[in-house]
Amino acid sequence: MKKLFLSLILSVTPLVALAAGAEIELDHIDTDISDKASLQRGAQTYMNYCMACHSLEYARYNRVAADLDIPEEIFEENLIFTGAAIGSLMGNSMSYDDGAAWFGAAPPDLTLVARVRGEDWLYTYLRGFYQDDSRPLGVNNSVFANVGMPHVLMELQGLCAEAPHAVSERRFDPLTGNLITDGGCENYAVEGSLTKAEYDETIYDLVNFLDYMGEPYAGDRERIGWMVFAFLAVFLVIGQLLYRELWKDIH
Amino acid sequence: MTQDGVNKGRRRFLYIATGAMGAVGAVGVATPFVRSWFPSEKAKAIGAPVTVDISRLEPGEIRTVEWRGKPVFVVRRTEEAISTLKSEDLMSRLSDPQSEVASQQPEYAQNPVRARAEDLLVVEGVCTHLGCSPQFIPSVEPQSFDENWMGGFFCPCHGSRFDMAGRVFSGVPAPTNLVVPPHMIEGAMLTIGEDTV
Amino acid sequence: MSTNKPAKPAFMQWLDQRLPVTSAYEKHMSKYYAPVNLNFWYVFGLLATLVFANQILTGIWLTMSFVPSADEAFNSVEYIMRDVDMGWLIRYMHSTGASFFFIVVYLHMFRGIMYGSYKKPRELIWVFGMLIYLVLMAEGFMGYVLPWGQMSFWGAQVIISLFGAIPVIGDGLTEWIRGDFLISGITLNRFFALHVIALPLVLALLVVLHILALHEVGSNNPDGIDIKKHKDEQGKPLDGIPFHPYYTLGKLPMIIIFLFVFCGVIFFFPEGGGYFLEHANFEPANPLKTPAHIAPTWYYGAFYSILRAVPDKLMGVIAMGAAIAILFVLPWLDKSPVLSWRYKGWMSKTAIVVFALAFIMLSYLGGQPVTDLNTWLARFGSVIYFGFFLLMPIYTRMETTKPVPERVSAK
Repeated sequence: MKKLFLSLILSVTPLVALAAGAEIELDHIDTDISDKASLQRGAQTYMNYCMACHSLEYARYNRVAADLDIPEEIFEENLIFTGAAIGSLMGNSMSYDDGAAWFGAAPPDLTLVARVRGEDWLYTYLRGFYQDDSRPLGVNNSVFANVGMPHVLMELQGLCAEAPHAVSERRFDPLTGNLITDGGCENYAVEGSLTKAEYDETIYDLVNFLDYMGEPYAGDRERIGWMVFAFLAVFLVIGQLLYRELWKDIH
Repeated sequence: MTQDGVNKGRRRFLYIATGAMGAVGAVGVATPFVRSWFPSEKAKAIGAPVTVDISRLEPGEIRTVEWRGKPVFVVRRTEEAISTLKSEDLMSRLSDPQSEVASQQPEYAQNPVRARAEDLLVVEGVCTHLGCSPQFIPSVEPQSFDENWMGGFFCPCHGSRFDMAGRVFSGVPAPTNLVVPPHMIEGAMLTIGEDTV
Repeated sequence: MSTNKPAKPAFMQWLDQRLPVTSAYEKHMSKYYAPVNLNFWYVFGLLATLVFANQILTGIWLTMSFVPSADEAFNSVEYIMRDVDMGWLIRYMHSTGASFFFIVVYLHMFRGIMYGSYKKPRELIWVFGMLIYLVLMAEGFMGYVLPWGQMSFWGAQVIISLFGAIPVIGDGLTEWIRGDFLISGITLNRFFALHVIALPLVLALLVVLHILALHEVGSNNPDGIDIKKHKDEQGKPLDGIPFHPYYTLGKLPMIIIFLFVFCGVIFFFPEGGGYFLEHANFEPANPLKTPAHIAPTWYYGAFYSILRAVPDKLMGVIAMGAAIAILFVLPWLDKSPVLSWRYKGWMSKTAIVVFALAFIMLSYLGGQPVTDLNTWLARFGSVIYFGFFLLMPIYTRMETTKPVPERVSAK
């Protein structure tokens, strides 16, 4: 019987594997939402470059300040540009219709973007802008063809002369611990203020922040999960002892 | 199927241990359900401290400020009203003239005028009887409900009366003085809901 | 067992004279005799009850903060996840519970197929069970619409459009179900009412009927032997043991192992790799933009595959309906003289294994994009699915069965 099972599974598996389609290649990163320094840098980049168009309207400023270990006064002075109260939702002043008129499609809210697109997609997308004079804004993107968004971070990255290629492995220099991935831009039409490695780190922090944004309670979730596991482990031992004790009646 | 030779003590112990673990588990499961009933972040944001500019508030005037969905009365008292508050005649008719019920005001408002600044009264406009909002009647003249009215608040629901410091008269349904919410004054700005920076 | 029972407390005597508390407890728990040889596969009914309780409890709490309107539904779900203290846990318990409900119900059904639990005299138990499954599918579908994400909206669009395939009344019927010319807040509101009140009530009633019918005839077992044929002088089955405590507290280790898996998903993989909570559903519903890839939730995958396998809209819907309907008549398709596959011939055993694999493959394909290969695989799987049922009267009669022992085999 077991042999039959196995041979059937083996005969079906390759077919099923074939059925899954190919996807765009993406640079891979491992985010770490417990890295508060990275999240703080990411929040700063987001508030300065993204927030004017992309709201985070399901999140509240005070929650972010608390989670990122930023004192509320400092957060209010440096990261809230709309004059909103610290406890309010992180909206912006761009209306849906204005956004649609200016960019063709209204810039979406990004609170949950990491859960929709995934971290790798965001990391590759934000490093994927390149010069394309056939487009109205003069830029195109290697993972989101004909995107309506301008290259907001051009002053940092510069402008890539050709579509960057993704390399799915993110590697670190074994001696210095620095990032040495080869993905991203290699040939610049316009130089930016950051080196390629610095820009990659900036985007890593930004994506890390967006990952945090999608599930700010993820840290709590895992912490409570381990406590529940510990409880269940003890309960399992007692439950098993009781089971054996009861079933002595039968054997 | 036999229970001969069963170690009764061991079995009882395992039953108790299982019951205890079950009880711990039940408390654990109940935790999120209980905690989710406390005010959410949204409710807290709406209930955040409110700051108002009171520089234009003239003596004898009232301003109603909304804080946590409740009306908060901000009154600039006249000199006359302040001296009335300290009169023996009035005090003898009140049920708690010295504001001894600690839950009704912060410590800094436990004084004859129940305020941080003598002229400025800040009280929640919620009757301590059943939660109606009292009316502000500042004029010192006989009223249908009180022939010797010296100015204050009158609750239309059940006829409770309070003086210009929110202190309750004796012989009315309301048991305690009106609540003074935590507040602080910085120049012309009054903040309700917070008393320390 | 001692015969002189301690006297009942006065309060219990008072109560028993007015309400059958003790007799009900004895009938369904302490003197309900279950076969001694029940194995691992017999835990899933208990687990389904556990998950059902979880869904009811978390569901009640979710309705406290959920706002059933097209403008607010998506926001209110994120409000639960972020602003309500520990609201994320209650929501994940509910969303994970939905998938686990189907997992345990599928395993429960497979157990029934393996050991012939649907056969005489348990036909009604199976039919009630299938009704539970049917209502559960409706419940799951309507619940999936409520968060009002992209998948909620477009999933509802596709499923409701299926009714449009019905000749003559189709178009009118879809408008009637939606209450509008497209999926809208009106649809959302009525689905909310059905999801939180109507269907749970029906489910609870069906669960009661399912259990009452079971306790009338008694549980089947992996040998498919009737334990009531051999009783002791007190009329207690020799191969039976009291349900409580042996199969209640005695099942504790299995329940805890299940909780390990369940909590593992809730706390460490709440999206279930995009199967339990789909990525596109974190984007609010947008009637003007269809996501690149719409798929039903995994638990409808098999039926969706059967639908897509047929290159005609009406015939596809009929095939899908037939795939569900045929499950109801299973008790009358099996002509074998024995219940359990342990004593059936090789044809039945092979058929059950191949059927299960085909069902898993169809479920998987339901979530995959349409390609030529996938379509052919789905057709192949659909043929196996229907073949299993339609050929059953033939192969169960043809094959030689092994003799069934008188008493259950020792564990």
